[in-house]
Order: sequence, then structure tokens, then C-alpha cells
Amino acid sequence: MTKVTMTVNGKSVSAETEGRTLLSSYLREGLGLTGTHIGCDTSQCGACVVHIDGVAVKSCSVFAQDVAGSKVTTIEGMANADGSLGVIQQAFQDHHGLQCGFCTPGMVMSSAALLANNPKPTEADVRHGLEGNICRCTGYHNIVKAVMAASGQDVAAVAAE
Amino acid sequence: MQNFDFVKPSSVAEAVAALAKSGAQALSGGQTLTPTMKQRLATPDVLVSLTGIAELKGVKQNGGVLWVGAATPHVQVAKEAAAVFAGLAGLAGGIGDPAVRNRGTIGGSIANNDPAACYPSAVLGSGATVITNKRRIAADDYFTGMFSTALAEGEIVTAVEFPIPKRSAYAKFNQPASRFALTGVFVSQATDGSVRVAVTGASNNGVFRWKAAEAALTANFSASALVGLTVDATDMIGDLHGTAAYRANLVKVMTGRAVTSSR
Ligand SMILES: Cc1cc2nc3c(=O)[nH]c(=O)nc-3n(C[C@H](O)[C@H](O)[C@H](O)COP(=O)(O)OP(=O)(O)OC[C@H]3O[C@@H](n4cnc5c(N)ncnc54)[C@H](O)[C@@H]3O)c2cc1C
Ligand code: FES
Ligand code: FES
Repeated sequence: MTKVTMTVNGKSVSAETEGRTLLSSYLREGLGLTGTHIGCDTSQCGACVVHIDGVAVKSCSVFAQDVAGSKVTTIEGMANADGSLGVIQQAFQDHHGLQCGFCTPGMVMSSAALLANNPKPTEADVRHGLEGNICRCTGYHNIVKAVMAASGQDVAAVAAE
Repeated sequence: MQNFDFVKPSSVAEAVAALAKSGAQALSGGQTLTPTMKQRLATPDVLVSLTGIAELKGVKQNGGVLWVGAATPHVQVAKEAAAVFAGLAGLAGGIGDPAVRNRGTIGGSIANNDPAACYPSAVLGSGATVITNKRRIAADDYFTGMFSTALAEGEIVTAVEFPIPKRSAYAKFNQPASRFALTGVFVSQATDGSVRVAVTGASNNGVFRWKAAEAALTANFSASALVGLTVDATDMIGDLHGTAAYRANLVKVMTGRAVTSSR
């Protein structure tokens, strides 16, 4: 076992790992941060997306020991300091961007990375930017609306119900 | 997944030494290898990460040559190659999805040589040189069939050097579920006017050059130059996504699109 230390949601944390321990297992089993979901475990669905040093990554595809020392942000780090929902989270609630909620942590993390790179995306940019996130409830239109709203843009303009 | 020892060297020399041990395997972005290990199709005893080696990263222009380090993620190539090599940047920016592009690397892609991967077509279709810890390999000698390359045991790709073409483009017909290429074509016109056309996703033998199209496009760089040409379907991949004849036709269609969008 090897102890791996990193900064998760602004706090220095550590947990014991094997070589094969994935970042997703480190977060969920090592740290008890179960907001990061495992959908496919084959790098296809995006439910497990977290940020590593500000970059969106599928945590089921990365080994914990490979990212020791990094700064990781998970869905648990997305609320405001007072515990209220962050802007993107609130927009998902307001625009019914979730049904069962299983894909939501990954959707929110991918959306946050998208908006950090492109603060005023077009609808096409949002759809393209969320290509790696699959919603089994297929609530894509409302997810796109939520991301447009989170960017401060008019959601009425979002196409096709 | 079977357990293994994880090592993360900070230089190529250390990585090569670690890879000399039996059962050792290189890990780059892990976008292919991690799922492969979960399926136990790869069971290394030691995984040697290349992600902490600064000399394997970056995009650098040196006169007419673009150097791309093996451990450079797709997102960085999409951004940093855009001004000088539109075809390569466009290809890198269309791989998979943002999270895959943030992590996956050119070295991992061309070492794996998946018959539906995008990068092999850019390397072959621009006449690039693959640089390893031991030697320089011309693209024409590097790709040796589906999932097979000229790399020897323990040899790693350190960079790819691309001659910067006059114009180029990659046209990909997405397999909608995986987002890999059902068929993708990379076209480039070199500064001397010669044209290369490399096709991925279509053939049972992996990436290949369509030489009849190269000759026609060298004479006349226009999609209309392809009109009289046909592609033999004999060695094409046929699966539930498309028959061999369908892919053979796509080769021609996507070549035309790549020519038209070249810049
Ligand atoms: C959802 C999804 C969609 C994708 N879509 C596409 C797509 O549209 N087009 C496309 O081209 N690819 C696609 N990919 C594959 C992706 O581009 C991978 O990043 C790439 O094929 C492998 O690169 P890697 O850095 O992740 O390599 P790894 O997975 O780390 O390694 C792959 C193999 O290469 C070996 N290796 C790695 N680096 C080196 C090196 N420097 N020298 C020698 N051997 C090395 C490893 O030992 C391993 O065998 C997709 C992947 C996913 C998960
Ligand atoms: S659980 Fe990681 S991509 Fe699906
Ligand atoms: S809300 Fe159910 S999977 Fe997306």
C-alpha cells in the first residue's frame, strides 16, 4: 500500500492506495466522497468527471498514484461556502436539468469546465462540450438550458423540445 | 483489475530503465490502457507512467517542422497547432470528448494504432517522423497493421515531427456511439505540391495511403479530381456500423470533404 496525498476541494487529504486504485475509488472509498458517480467504469459515460488541476477528467480512467499532489475538485466542492447551491447547480434545479440525478455530478463538473473556458457558449458549444456525458434519463434539452442559464444567457432561445 | 506496481519517473532515461523489466508497460493518458486493464486484456506487473516527464510534452515549431511531444494531450495540440497546421489541430480537437482530449496523448494513440484511431492518419498523411528513445522511424515504416507498429519491446515514442504542409484537413465520419472514426481521411498538400491521403477506420489492415487519390490530387487539388476513382472493398472492415462496401464509398466521400475543407 502507498499513501497518496492530494488536495481535494481545497483540503489536504490522504488515503492508502494500491497501484490499481483508480481516482474514482480513492475519492469514493478512500475519502467517502460518493458524489462522484460510477456509471460505466469504461470511460464512456462521464458520470465520474472531476477536475484535476482545473481540467475535466474521467476519474475512472486515472490511477490515484498518477495524480498524487494534484488539486482535485469534485461535485462536493461546487456549492457556495455557506452551503447553498452554486450557480451551475442552482441552474440545474431551476431548469429541471436532472431527473434521477445519476449523471448530474459529471454533467455539473463538465459544464463548469466548459464555462471556465468559454463563459458565453452558444447552444452548439454546450451540446458539443457535453458530448462525453451521457444521461440515461435523456434529459438533454433541460441540461443545455441549465448551462445556458448558468452562463447568464437567455434560455428561451434554446431550440427544440 | 489485477494489481501492479506503479512508478512515475521524471525523465525518459528513468522510464526506459523501468520499462526494461519484464512485465512493465508504459502508461500515458490511460484513455485506452485503463479500460483495457479492467477487461484484463492487459495485465502489467509494473506500470510506468509517462505523465510526469516534462521532456515528453509540448508543441514546438522549428522552421518547417512541428514537434509534438509524445505525452502531449490532444487538447493542447488542438490549441497550439491551430495557427500553423490546421489539419492536425482540427483532428486533435475532434477526438472523443473534452475529458478524453484533456488526458489522451498522441504517443498513446500511435503506439496503440487502433484501426479506428484518428492520429495515425495525420502521421501517415503528412509523412511525419516518429521519434523513439532509440531511433527515428518514417511514418511509412511505422504502422504495420491493426494494433501493430514498428516499436520494439521496451521502446517508447518520445515525439512526432510533422513537416508543416501548405494546406491540410481531416474529415471524420463519426461512429456515433464511440465517437471514433467509422472512416476518417487526412489529406495534406506539401509545400512542393505533392499530396498525401491517409485513411483510418476503414481497413482491416489499419491506416493506409490511398495512392491513386494522391496522384490525382497532386495533378489537380480539387474534389472533382476524385470522380473517376473507386476504392476496392476487399480489405475493408464490415461490421454492424457499416458494410465493407459502405466504408469503401465513405473513403471517397471523406477524401473529397477533406480536400474541400483544406486550409
Ligand atoms: C470515450 C472515448 C472516445 C475516444 N475517441 C477517440 C477518437 O475519436 N479518436 C481517437 O483517435 N481516439 C479516441 N479515443 C482514444 C484516445 O484518443 C486515447 O487517448 C488514445 O488512443 C490513447 O492515448 P493515451 O495517452 O490515453 O494512451 P494509454 O491508454 O495510456 O496507452 C495506450 C497504449 O499505448 C502504450 N503507450 C502509451 N504511451 C506510449 C509511448 N509514448 N510509447 C510507447 N507506448 C506507449 C501503452 O502501453 C498502451 O499500450 C477515445 C477514447 C475514449 C475513452
Ligand atoms: S464511470 Fe467513468 S466515464 Fe463512466
Ligand atoms: S438525470 Fe438520470 S441519468 Fe441524467
